[in-house]
Amino acid sequence: MDLELTDDQGLFRETTAKYIERTCPLSTVREWAEKEPAGYPTAWWRQGAELGWTSLLVSEDDGGGSVSGHGLLDLTLVAEVMGHWVSPGPLLPTNVVAAALSEFATEAQKERYLPGLLSGENIATWCLAEPRHPGLPDAVTLTAARRGDEFVLSGKKAPAEAAAEAGFFVVAALVDGAVTQFVVEADTPGVSVVAAEGIDLVRRFATVSFDNVVVGPQAVLGDVGGAAPQIERLFELAVALQCASMVGVTDHVLAFTLAYSFDRYSFGRPLASYQALKHRFADMKLWTEACLGTSAAAARAVDGRSEKAFELVSVAKSYIGDKAPVILQDCVQLHGGIGVTWDHDLHLYIRRVVQDRSLFGTPYDHRERIARGLGLEGDRGH
Amino acid sequence: MGIETAEEGTEDLEAFRLRARAWLADNMPRLKEGQTNHHLMALDEMGTRARELQRILFDGGFAGLCFPKEYGGQGLTRAHQIAFTQETAPYEMPVVLNIPTFSILAPTLLDFGTEEQKQAHVPKMISGEEMWVQFLSEPSGGSDLASLITRATRDGDVFILNGSKIWSSGAFRCDYAMCLARTDWHAPKHRGLTMFMIKIHQPGIDVQQIKMSNGSNEFCQEFFDDVAIPIEDVIGEINDGWTVASRLLFHERDAVGGGSPYLSGSSGGRGDHGAGRSDLIELARASGRASDPRVIQLVAEARVNDLVGAQLIGRVTHAINSGALPGPGGSLHRLYAATNSERQADIALEIAGAGAAVWEDGDLAGLKGVEFLQRQSGSLGGGSNEMQRNIISERVLGMPREFAADKDRPFDEVLHNASPSRPT
Repeated sequence: MDLELTDDQGLFRETTAKYIERTCPLSTVREWAEKEPAGYPTAWWRQGAELGWTSLLVSEDDGGGSVSGHGLLDLTLVAEVMGHWVSPGPLLPTNVVAAALSEFATEAQKERYLPGLLSGENIATWCLAEPRHPGLPDAVTLTAARRGDEFVLSGKKAPAEAAAEAGFFVVAALVDGAVTQFVVEADTPGVSVVAAEGIDLVRRFATVSFDNVVVGPQAVLGDVGGAAPQIERLFELAVALQCASMVGVTDHVLAFTLAYSFDRYSFGRPLASYQALKHRFADMKLWTEACLGTSAAAARAVDGRSEKAFELVSVAKSYIGDKAPVILQDCVQLHGGIGVTWDHDLHLYIRRVVQDRSLFGTPYDHRERIARGLGLEGDRGH
Repeated sequence: MGIETAEEGTEDLEAFRLRARAWLADNMPRLKEGQTNHHLMALDEMGTRARELQRILFDGGFAGLCFPKEYGGQGLTRAHQIAFTQETAPYEMPVVLNIPTFSILAPTLLDFGTEEQKQAHVPKMISGEEMWVQFLSEPSGGSDLASLITRATRDGDVFILNGSKIWSSGAFRCDYAMCLARTDWHAPKHRGLTMFMIKIHQPGIDVQQIKMSNGSNEFCQEFFDDVAIPIEDVIGEINDGWTVASRLLFHERDAVGGGSPYLSGSSGGRGDHGAGRSDLIELARASGRASDPRVIQLVAEARVNDLVGAQLIGRVTHAINSGALPGPGGSLHRLYAATNSERQADIALEIAGAGAAVWEDGDLAGLKGVEFLQRQSGSLGGGSNEMQRNIISERVLGMPREFAADKDRPFDEVLHNASPSRPT
């Protein structure tokens, strides 16, 4: 939670929180995990789209609009609330794709793809990561061979969030060794989607295979060979959203664990009265405030297109990705045996944080990015 | 108005920055290649040099940026101070004055001093004429400051001071001290204390430097032998010294954590508006390990910890000012700075490798080895990490207070340590 919310942002945050609390409390998350193939009913996502969940990174000219003039900061509020409630829904992939279209697409591409995405009728996802390669901007190997003025895509993308529901993909590929992004529709011959197992109960992932998929020049997003800055930009957006999601989780879990320590008695005293535990709560409060501070700083840098964004998203991802799991597991410890049961909600939060920390670069990967920014070059293991 | 937001008519930030940049280039001596103000602080003549440098800043109108104009400051905002500190990076700066004179004792005097006391001393602090130090800790007590036993006995218009204080930084080069002493032994411990200002170099006060594990002798111990303090030199109310000391400690947490608006210039170390630069990359290169993936992880981790620390200061400071966090929230960045400093020392030791143990004269690796000897200093001074964790859990999170055997009991009925004997 950034401390400097405008009144409109505060209202937007509250509206989102109330909608989610009413329609998708944790009991509902558990229910949808069992019976909804996508992890959520489509009507629920469309309602969220009406609240603005899909339009914040899209310019007003393209049919979108922000609450505060800082679309990413507005969107991180949604991501934080969704962390608090471990909500389902393709928030990250749809918004990254919406930003890609708004910022880089031709008018024809925008007209074809944006309206459905904005209304929630259609879902899309960003295909950056590849099997056995970290989801980092410079790890693309999927090829797009030229054939006349067409391109033939061959390779696999995984994990791709919400790919089974997606009507189209933004795919990072190499054309003559240079990164290029394509908009590929899911029903294009040669595209196949295989659902994957995943740690999160309601965020679904899949492997998308491209088996000699032929696309025309109208599928190219921006310029052939010119996608490196696009990918960096989308990557920064994605990581900023992951960080907001993780701080939403962590802030909430710490709060309910603290409350539990007042309610739970041992040897005739509340747990909260034991200094050994108080000191751990003090550390967790410190780390959580630091997580909130660095998440907000990263979001502001990306929103403002600051030259510091490259480093600050990785600082936030590295710090939060390391600390959030530690805080959550210590909260399990403070809950005692109930904390490791299926019925307690703690594992839902741990699942969410593990997912956020592990995709689009682990803390280790992000420290490597930071070091490269500082002029140090290590041996990459791929 | 105030330190956070500019009054109408305050100089525009960018205009100020450009004016400061030009003035610094014309007036301040540049650091030599590889030198930092952190290194310069170790020099014996630093006190004298700091006063000279501060006088230049004062005459140029760049001293006490966030202090009120009526006490010799410039009445500018924190943002101006941060910009100024960024601009001073290439220059020699009197950073030794930052803590405690500017960021702890001057603000405390502004909070509790009489108008006469403030007019007599704050402008001289800002001009570099007076260096101040705090006499709080005693050999008999560490974290339990309020159980101190240095006594000030009323005798007409004076108090007579006897006892000993310890862990005062650079007292030998300072002019005045704020000294907390017991004035009522029958009251509970927090209610029998009084804060005084005392002139350090006078008969009856013996200042001795303490040699530390890394060889430095910054810290001092003082012995008081029937020192007469005029009653006008009481700060705050008689027997209400704990209120003054608590505020002083608040300013100290803010200063040590890097959140104080009165810090000017960077030591090139950490916790100072993030303007300092880490020398770990230089260390990695000097150790021949700059392409080792393990070393790369450590350098980046150190960088992450420093940047997050600066971001945390911004967040916590804002939260305290807006009321989202209570004042003791300052313990958050204080604890962060201390634990980060421990981690940075570990990382430096690891990257230095064998060079931390055996080195050629002047090697950075050797410096890191010696610095490791003082790894805990930031976690001890100004309230230990354990005390900060008590403060955060009890006063930020609202958890139950620790049991205190001396609560509300007259101090002379409470068990406490004996007065130390003076070394011969």
